[in-house]
Amino acid sequence: MPKRTAKLVLATLVAATLPFTLAACSKGGTSSSSATSGGTQTLTMWTHNAGNKAELAAIQQIVTDYNASQTSYKVDVQAFPQDSYNQSVVAAAAAKKLPCILDTDGPNVSNWAWAGYLAPLDGMDDILSKFMPSVLGKWNGKTYSYGYYDVALNMMTRKSTLQKYGIRIPTIDSPWTSDEFTAALTKIRDSGAYKIPFDLQTGNTGEWWPYAYSPLLQSFGGDLINRTDYKSAQGTLNGPEALAWAKWFRGLVTNKLIPLKSSAAPDKDFLNGNTAIIYNGSWGAADATKKFGDDMLFLPPVDFGKGPKIGGGSWQWGVSAGCSNKQGALDYMKFAAADKYVAAVAVATNLIPATDAAAAMVPGFEAGGANDIFRQYAKKYAVLRPPTPGYTFIATEFTKTAQDILNGADPQQALDTAVKNIDANQASNNYFQ
Amino acid sequence: MSAAVVAAARATASSRSGHSLKKTDKHSHRTALLMLLPAGVLMITFLLIPIGLTFVLAFTNARLISPEPAKFIGVGNFTRLFENATFWKSLGNTVLFAVVIVPIQSAVALALAVLINTRMRGVNFFRTVYFLPVVTSMVVVSMLWMFMYQPNGLINALLAKVGIQGPDWLGDPHWALLALILMSIWQACGFHMVIWLSGLQTIPGELYEAASLDGASRWQQFAYVTWPGLRQTAIFILITITIAAFSLFTQVNIMTQGGPLDSTSTVVFMAVRTGFQQQQTGYASAISLVFFVIVLAVSLIQRYLTRDKEAGR
Repeated sequence: MPKRTAKLVLATLVAATLPFTLAACSKGGTSSSSATSGGTQTLTMWTHNAGNKAELAAIQQIVTDYNASQTSYKVDVQAFPQDSYNQSVVAAAAAKKLPCILDTDGPNVSNWAWAGYLAPLDGMDDILSKFMPSVLGKWNGKTYSYGYYDVALNMMTRKSTLQKYGIRIPTIDSPWTSDEFTAALTKIRDSGAYKIPFDLQTGNTGEWWPYAYSPLLQSFGGDLINRTDYKSAQGTLNGPEALAWAKWFRGLVTNKLIPLKSSAAPDKDFLNGNTAIIYNGSWGAADATKKFGDDMLFLPPVDFGKGPKIGGGSWQWGVSAGCSNKQGALDYMKFAAADKYVAAVAVATNLIPATDAAAAMVPGFEAGGANDIFRQYAKKYAVLRPPTPGYTFIATEFTKTAQDILNGADPQQALDTAVKNIDANQASNNYFQ
Repeated sequence: MSAAVVAAARATASSRSGHSLKKTDKHSHRTALLMLLPAGVLMITFLLIPIGLTFVLAFTNARLISPEPAKFIGVGNFTRLFENATFWKSLGNTVLFAVVIVPIQSAVALALAVLINTRMRGVNFFRTVYFLPVVTSMVVVSMLWMFMYQPNGLINALLAKVGIQGPDWLGDPHWALLALILMSIWQACGFHMVIWLSGLQTIPGELYEAASLDGASRWQQFAYVTWPGLRQTAIFILITITIAAFSLFTQVNIMTQGGPLDSTSTVVFMAVRTGFQQQQTGYASAISLVFFVIVLAVSLIQRYLTRDKEAGR
């Protein structure tokens, strides 16, 4: 009897573990590049677009076109939800199972290039010279990725609002100065007509903080790290310019010009007329234009001394270093860099097309079109987040520091701590040499 | 808790080996081991090996993403940790959270349990209602309370009705931790209520009958019959709440991300942030190791204190 029980347990165990091992086998089969019968090689491609139907469809179309255009390679798209995409890539890299082609968020490119995830895009210099510099992922003098689009931060407001308070409408050549901007906000606040005079969208989390607020710091003359050698943030993130930025930032809250924490849907607050001016990306332009039509203004950011600055670099495509068929992957990358595909993705996402020729094909982005202003902002003001592998760390430090400053921490002390931590991280990685 | 199960299994196994091993005993012994195997394999891969790795990684500069292999750096991570103001603040918050939540949550749960431990129509309805937050995911609960805690949210609207100007619960460093404590008690007290309830129902009804014949008031019945009968339950609840309180993470991660001004940062939150967002595996391991030592010490102290009482009884 007990012997039989033992056998039964053993059999159950085997039966229970079998599906797992089988699943593991089938997973193992889909490696990054594999040969199929007939000499066609399959190239796996990963994208973060699972939750973004329009963009995913545009990418699918490029892949379909590519697969039909030749017989040597077949690209196979696998889409992930954005929230878990980076973890998936890191886990796959640890298991040496990265796909041949993958997309990455611009500021991560140098980190992934340094870590050996990405391979340089060799032999594409000619093609890539037509792309805006802010959509190229570069590190140590090599290009590792290119993107189809960029985004431009801007001040969204309404003509009628500014006219009511006699505020000058700034232009790309003559943006608001710091004093002018403060005076304008104070006027709007004192009128009491708007619940939120100015919205910096401080309720957003994650990459928004360094993306949106480090350009403000750069306009003051500070920066996240000293860009001559990317070794230290001493003096750049805690110098007098950075301190001025921190004091201004906190001052917005103490002077009741911005809410300490924005609501969960700040763009709705603007569309409902609760907000006078909102600092937003060009992704919000379509909804705002639909609601307010000709009254809408998309103004350049404020010049705090060093000219207006906006963040550059969005999602970009690259080839993994472990790809067993780099030739094929690069072949796809060249094919997919055609202007018509840049245009197609830009249309699908409603974002700024990365090449001049593509811009001419996208309604609204042609020279003089309604959205051309965003392209001009991106070209004139865009600053890349520091292309150092330490950026991922810098981003978390900056986010926490900016949040603390906004909540009333001593600005000099907060900035000094951030500098100390960033410098320690750069040094502990041997400056990513 | 799973560790306790394994310990119990080992205890029974060892007590059995003391007997003279008959043939059938040997077989059933083998069967028992075989049945232990799946749980054992999972425990070793997902509990013992990671804990072992923590001890090793804490003394290296291992990174989540790095082309270079990890190097042994001695106690560098620990000196850096003990100089870090955020760590001390997080530790303080964690201890404060535990010190406040352990007595209040167990008292609230006991009060609820006593209330619903009656034979009355509709009592099942209340049992279900009190237990509902426990079966709801903490993530969902956190999201809901985040909306309720907004400056113009439900809670402040209710406070305004009675003429109180509510604070910006999650945005004010003075109130944020309290806000987390309140919602955590609301979420978890149903679970401990059920445990108290099971303890209450082991107390024989005759004791109450005898007590009331002796003329004991309701309060005297509680103090001299109910409470002594609940001693074992109380020890269990004390230990589970303490451990749960020390591992506070989900609420913080969703509602405040440790802010404002580190007022809600906890040790576990700091470890996760350091290990995953900042990719410093070695440093995060050092934090986890310190956390492990603290929880171990607290558990041992509790065990010592409660064992003493048992012996004295």
